[in-house]
Amino acid sequence: MILSRRNFLKTSGALVVSFSAASALKPFAIAQGPFGTHQSHIDPEKLDSWIAVGSEGTVTAFTGKCDFGQGMLTAQTQLVAEELCISLGRVKLVQCDTSVCPDQGTTSGSQSSPTNFNSDNLALAAATARETLLTMAAKQLGVPADQLSVADGIISAPSGRQVKYEDLIGAKRFNITLNSAAKRKTPTQWSVLGKPLRALETSSLMVGQFEFVQNVRVPGMLHGRVVRPPEVGASVISVDESSVRHIPGIVKVVTRKDFVGVVAENQWQAVEASRQLKVTWKRGTGLPPQKTFFDTLRKNPSRDALLVDSKDVEQQLAAANRVVRATYLYPYQMHGSIGTSCAVADVRRNSATLWSSTQSVYPTRSIVAQMLALPLDSVRVIFVRGAGCYGLNGADAVSFDAALLSHAVGRPVRIQLSRQDEMAWENFGSACAIDQRAGIDAKGTIVAWDCENWVASRGGRPGYDKPGNVVTGVLAGYPTDPIKPRAAAEPTGELRNGSNAAPSYVAGCIGGKCGGAGKVRSERVLTHTVESPFFTGPLRSPLRIQNTFAHECFMDELSAAAKADPIAYRLQHLGDQRLIDVLKAAARVAKWESNPSPKPDSVGSGIARGRGVACVAYEGNNGYAALIADVNVDIASGRVQPIKFFVGHDCGPISNPDGLRNQIEGGVLQGMSRALVEEVTWDGRCITSVDWTTYNSLYLGIDVPEFEIELINRTDVPATGAGETAITLVPAAIGNAIFDATGVRLREVPFTPERVKAGLAARLQQSGKGHA
Amino acid sequence: MPKNSSTISVKVNGRVHRVNVNPEMPLLYVLADDLGLRGPKFGCGMAQCGACSVILRRQVVRSCVMPVSAVGADEITTLEGLSTQEKPHPLQQAFIDEGAAQCGFCLSGVILTAKAVLDEKPQASEQEIREALGGVLCRCFAHVRMMRAIQKYSEMRKG
Repeated sequence: MILSRRNFLKTSGALVVSFSAASALKPFAIAQGPFGTHQSHIDPEKLDSWIAVGSEGTVTAFTGKCDFGQGMLTAQTQLVAEELCISLGRVKLVQCDTSVCPDQGTTSGSQSSPTNFNSDNLALAAATARETLLTMAAKQLGVPADQLSVADGIISAPSGRQVKYEDLIGAKRFNITLNSAAKRKTPTQWSVLGKPLRALETSSLMVGQFEFVQNVRVPGMLHGRVVRPPEVGASVISVDESSVRHIPGIVKVVTRKDFVGVVAENQWQAVEASRQLKVTWKRGTGLPPQKTFFDTLRKNPSRDALLVDSKDVEQQLAAANRVVRATYLYPYQMHGSIGTSCAVADVRRNSATLWSSTQSVYPTRSIVAQMLALPLDSVRVIFVRGAGCYGLNGADAVSFDAALLSHAVGRPVRIQLSRQDEMAWENFGSACAIDQRAGIDAKGTIVAWDCENWVASRGGRPGYDKPGNVVTGVLAGYPTDPIKPRAAAEPTGELRNGSNAAPSYVAGCIGGKCGGAGKVRSERVLTHTVESPFFTGPLRSPLRIQNTFAHECFMDELSAAAKADPIAYRLQHLGDQRLIDVLKAAARVAKWESNPSPKPDSVGSGIARGRGVACVAYEGNNGYAALIADVNVDIASGRVQPIKFFVGHDCGPISNPDGLRNQIEGGVLQGMSRALVEEVTWDGRCITSVDWTTYNSLYLGIDVPEFEIELINRTDVPATGAGETAITLVPAAIGNAIFDATGVRLREVPFTPERVKAGLAARLQQSGKGHA
Repeated sequence: MPKNSSTISVKVNGRVHRVNVNPEMPLLYVLADDLGLRGPKFGCGMAQCGACSVILRRQVVRSCVMPVSAVGADEITTLEGLSTQEKPHPLQQAFIDEGAAQCGFCLSGVILTAKAVLDEKPQASEQEIREALGGVLCRCFAHVRMMRAIQKYSEMRKG
């Protein structure tokens, strides 16, 4: 394993070997890198940091954005092949290895496309390399560069004379900086990008030969498991090492403050030891009751932020023809990766190597160096893909677990978490309570919108120096980044709607500059971040899915109050053309018929069919999508069955339409699972969602809804993210469809049969038709 | 050799292997650790997700809960045992053609469960296939493509 990796590095060009000694390079001047990262030994300004042409004409590209199954391996390979005019098969992409790849921070936040596919970084490096090679060829062939043509790494002059990339530069350094004037190919010139391409690893996945981090095995490797506290906030009083001495193969019991782990010769011995180890714990801190959690959330001190405030909201609401109010609740949800998190660490006296599926190799390197008191340059983190993570799952925590265990035994240790350890201690997606108030005038037009949300938050990404933001760090004695209560400051600058806290229908005006997607000018958006009893962290569409659920359902409530068609009503209040276009695209593919919700005969018996819509400008400007859901509601059982989804989608120029469709389909179905069944539960002491019977997920056997997707391929704008846009809309679109079908407005996720039935009963009682 | 281990023979993908292990140890650890196979994976350790699935006696079994001593002389087939990368099994080929995965961690459960149900009942209806997959998880939710791939293979088998 180690050998094959080393061989790979040796054979992928002389360049790479020179990089592994790169810590000797003089640190470059900037204190902070271009991605909000720290400085590293790989200078992102240098072409050689990104591209190497081997002596046989193979191009190795180095990226700090990695693939978890979302298609980044394939799309980045397409990008390099496109810009360098070579076939896909000749590009090798090295992802997120701190010894050879630039520090691009974390692969997250729908930022890989904006970062590497526009006019900077990997895209610019590949364009710089092509232009440099053309200039070199021009000199060698004695022909001006603009008369040369390139095909699959061979540059040809009009005379027919040719020179290959490898003859110009093979296995040598370019020794130049990225040329910001290097021209990227335009989408109209693309022949590799923009074409549907199956993920490059597809075959090896299907035949079971793909290497996940869970498959990494290194010589002399031991196996570890951790023993997490039985309750939130519990601490170690004592560890009885003799309780596992009888287990064959046991190597060591490792304790560091409240971090407890075991290391054994084989995995099953480690499992047995972790189950049998006697640890005496001091009781935990106790947890607020789940039933009243959202009330608790509102009462606690908070860190507040005012995104926008026109100062006339109360006045406008008082003058409005009608004021509509609603509160939306969103539970903690899990990443719940299907494979529990795993890492392998090989910690020696003066160095450490980690194989990890972290989204953040450089930050992980920094934390491991800190925890083990090793020099930063002596730690190497190599990304190896794990099970789909959808954000900050257990990958960072388990990497720290592996490092602590290996450090304690001085040998390589592999650890894969138990299902319970994964689920009880991961950084959940935040629970949120969102209050909405809006006023409408006599014509039904929205005249003021006030939105206030409460977000439960604790820890998060460890970054470069906060091990305590995930469980292992806290157990090992590091503090969690605290939430310091503070009042909201007056909004300044431009609207930053990174979490979609502001609805798409407000104008977002600060000091006369209106950065919102909508037209409502009387507006206020206030957020409260409150300390959570559990770790939280980014989970696919973090806070965006919660906020958008509240905004897009509330927009539907306003539309119903105005007796307007939900799409026409949205269009009436939107100003952003790209958002308008995706909404119209979804309406077109769905053959939307203009009607107010709910349907007139909405409460009945049998199956009620409804249709709901939602749209979003993700993070304000990082992708646009609209979703229409056709949903059946079984009145007797309360069961909600989505039948068909229609999607309009715009992420700028599309790198790989097949990969994009895969992301949209998977995202929408994952959103459906989150909307219908997913919710983290707890009792007075600990998390009780600890396996797949106590945390629900939709299985493969469900009736899979149909899809119709319209991709808008805009080639005149920069690329945006695309992995999180569609999922953002699902709870709102389904909630609105349930309302359309039944007249029942569900304001709390998940939409369980019990909640649907309770809503139906309440509506029957209210309408006087029922037998309540 | 540590105590309470014994030598056990397991036949996996056409080859007999002798391993010295605790007989109560789940089969998965033999496959993944002792034999270094990459198909079956640890997902939950409680037979709830399917990631560790293998085929034994024409049935899908969850190797994370099956003691290695319970396997006996019968052959185990893992995801990689169906084929080679050069010549995938037709069901695997259907998954390749449809691009039916995202992270791909769940594929042992998905592909082997579908294979077992269609081997047992080639005429299985869509509903029966769905029921068979009712205990298989894919957290990336690549359901659309997976069901399309299985349907395609099923129709191909029916001729």
